[in-house]
Amino acid sequence: MATATEQQQGAGVHLLTGSEVMAHVCRLADVDVITAYPIRPYDTVMQYVSKFIAEGDFDADYIPAESEHGQFEIVKHASACGARVFTGSSGVGWLYAMEPLAVTAGLRLPMVALVGCRALDDPGAFGTEHNDAMLVRDLGWMINFPDTAQEVVELGLLSYRVAEDPRVYLPCAIAMDGAFLTHSQATVRLPGQEEVNAFLPPYDRGDLLLHPDNPITIAPQANEDWLMEVRRQSSEAAKNAYTVLKEAHADFSKTFGVDTDPFLDEYMTEDADVVLCGMGTLSLPVKVAIREMRKEGKKVGMVRLKWFRPFPTEELRASLSRFKAVGVIDRDYSFGSPYHGGIVFNEVKAAMYGADKVPHMKGFVCGLGGREVLLEDVKLMADKVISMGQNDTADNDVDWIGVRD
Amino acid sequence: MSVISFEVIYRGIFQKSLAVKISRTLILAAVKEGKPGISFGRYSDSPERNGIPAKQFGYIADNEEELETVAAQYEPKQVDISICVDDTLCKGVESWAWYGLQPINAVTKPGGTLIVTSNQKEDELVQHIHRRDTPYKLAIIPGEASFAGLWVYKDDGTDARCLAAALKAEPSMCSIASLESAIRENIGSETHIEAAREVYEDLRPVEIEPGQGNDEVPFTFELLKWHEMRQGVVIDGVGGHEGFRGGEGGYEPGRNPYFKKWSTRTMRPVVSFDKCTKCTLCWVACPDTCFDVTPDGFFDANMEACCGCGVCEAICPVKDCITMVNEVVFEERDSQWQMWQENKEDYDKYMDEKISVGKIEGRHPITGLGQAFSGIGIEMGHNPETAQVKSLQDLK
Repeated sequence: MATATEQQQGAGVHLLTGSEVMAHVCRLADVDVITAYPIRPYDTVMQYVSKFIAEGDFDADYIPAESEHGQFEIVKHASACGARVFTGSSGVGWLYAMEPLAVTAGLRLPMVALVGCRALDDPGAFGTEHNDAMLVRDLGWMINFPDTAQEVVELGLLSYRVAEDPRVYLPCAIAMDGAFLTHSQATVRLPGQEEVNAFLPPYDRGDLLLHPDNPITIAPQANEDWLMEVRRQSSEAAKNAYTVLKEAHADFSKTFGVDTDPFLDEYMTEDADVVLCGMGTLSLPVKVAIREMRKEGKKVGMVRLKWFRPFPTEELRASLSRFKAVGVIDRDYSFGSPYHGGIVFNEVKAAMYGADKVPHMKGFVCGLGGREVLLEDVKLMADKVISMGQNDTADNDVDWIGVRD
Repeated sequence: MSVISFEVIYRGIFQKSLAVKISRTLILAAVKEGKPGISFGRYSDSPERNGIPAKQFGYIADNEEELETVAAQYEPKQVDISICVDDTLCKGVESWAWYGLQPINAVTKPGGTLIVTSNQKEDELVQHIHRRDTPYKLAIIPGEASFAGLWVYKDDGTDARCLAAALKAEPSMCSIASLESAIRENIGSETHIEAAREVYEDLRPVEIEPGQGNDEVPFTFELLKWHEMRQGVVIDGVGGHEGFRGGEGGYEPGRNPYFKKWSTRTMRPVVSFDKCTKCTLCWVACPDTCFDVTPDGFFDANMEACCGCGVCEAICPVKDCITMVNEVVFEERDSQWQMWQENKEDYDKYMDEKISVGKIEGRHPITGLGQAFSGIGIEMGHNPETAQVKSLQDLK
């Protein structure tokens, strides 16, 4: 007879938080080395992972480090030695690890990290904002933004598969909205171990393995004679990540019998005049508000980006060209940027430049510091985008929604 | 039924596991009947601190779309059932999640049920609960506040009893059989199920009419607009000042004017000024600078600033000079020193009476908790957060 613990960990439906699902992904992926240093909201995953290990259901080296810097250095080195690794952080803790974060990408080590998205201090705050995760967007890190605990299964397993592909060998951040995803318990269907084994091959570092039998030096000093070529390799790897992710996603869909799009989650877009675009858990209020607006005859849809790196340029151009107007909701800020818009807004605009048909685009900053994105906020944003579409006029102003003014 | 929403209001850390267990088990019972649910804690209450009020809440719906519709708003604006696991919270809640005092029944729907674990009777307890314009039901589960926090779990059946009371309040949530089965799987023994059955049979919710209860106007706070706030995350300092309660002499330290701690404490110090030697230890040791200096050099615990931690009682070198007394026996927040000044005999009578009914006996040397929290059974391997849900299909 199965023990209670075994039952809990079997395939099937469970009541789990996003962090808890991440711990299950680590267990299912048979991660070898995990390092940890507490900071909310990432730290919830530490509890679950260490519990699995303590209860004998998961065999991994679990190392509480002395700081985030040490935490990320340890897994970086373990990854070079051929270990599948997991770690993570939040907010300024993630920033304290910025040196190893940059180096890990530079060395092409397939670290997988959870970013429990949290506002950057000061002031001390722990509500969600995407700026922490976004700070590695230019370094070679892949970044995905799951919107539900269920999607953590998909994006978590894909993270390992794509990161460890020899054509890629890049680290990957799973950016989870603090509280809304890390702490909320929802029903989740977990896959079985055999399916995961079929999908996720063991990590093979090949001839880059740091091992006495394979004498190599990693990262000697290299200046202008070498560095540009090193960067060019990383750029190629980041390009490959796009293709490898598409392949891996097709395999994921087949293995686990799910039908999702690799890059975009489109909701009620078939006949939509306008769409709202964003990332992470704001999809829930956006979807619910869209259902309510549809009853009023407003043809609004949603296009959610699942991955920010690799950025799905072609898919997004094809998708957004179908609409009269697009509103981009940023749960982040980019002070002093073009039109003072958020990071996603400016990225989406750049991607749309030169498309055959470019919709009017408007940026919104909403839900900072963990503030709830309310249904009325979504409706307000949608109405602004609808009127932009109807009047066929551009509106470059970026609006802050839900701020006390 | 369409959607049932509930909240569990508890004392941070001390009752965290209890609140999580109640919230999860309710959802798991409904999931047994194919009803999806979601359960979460209010994140802005965290990081929790000992005794600071906090909240778990959840929704149970008939289908996923209904669940999404309500869960799109993170914190329920109205709930069918409010469960309060410490009756001192009935005086109002000052959590970390907002400024000001929120009545315990603030989001209980009109006609909804407020369930409280308490040794008080309904007519006594309602005196603490703020009055409102709409009726609601008050249901008391007899018993004291249970301690089931991060490190220990007092396995006294409060979890199972609260679940039974919630089901009695909203019978459409699930069948009693599903609840019993969820209790069996997630809480434990047949004793728990018997305790649950007993509450289910005996619970008699009382109708509370509009206007009934505490007439205090809850303390509120206006949040500033972005252009009204000072730049650079700067806030004004609050200095102390000479004087005592508007009079001459004495000294009042500077305090946060927006966080009154009116309901933070579960007990308060009662000072016998006749015994006090003015040694200053309570004044120095108080982590919340709650003692005002009186014109004649005594130290008077200010009830706008006292967290009820009990450090003053522990550090006071004079026998029976400071006594921690259960907060539920007080209606007033007056200055004890002023009461004593007005009439020493009356004050001594008042003090003796409060101590005789509400003294917190046998306080734990480390947690500071009284006997109400003693006899704690440490349930090793207690694991409130990893309960198994079988496949929804299997359960249908």
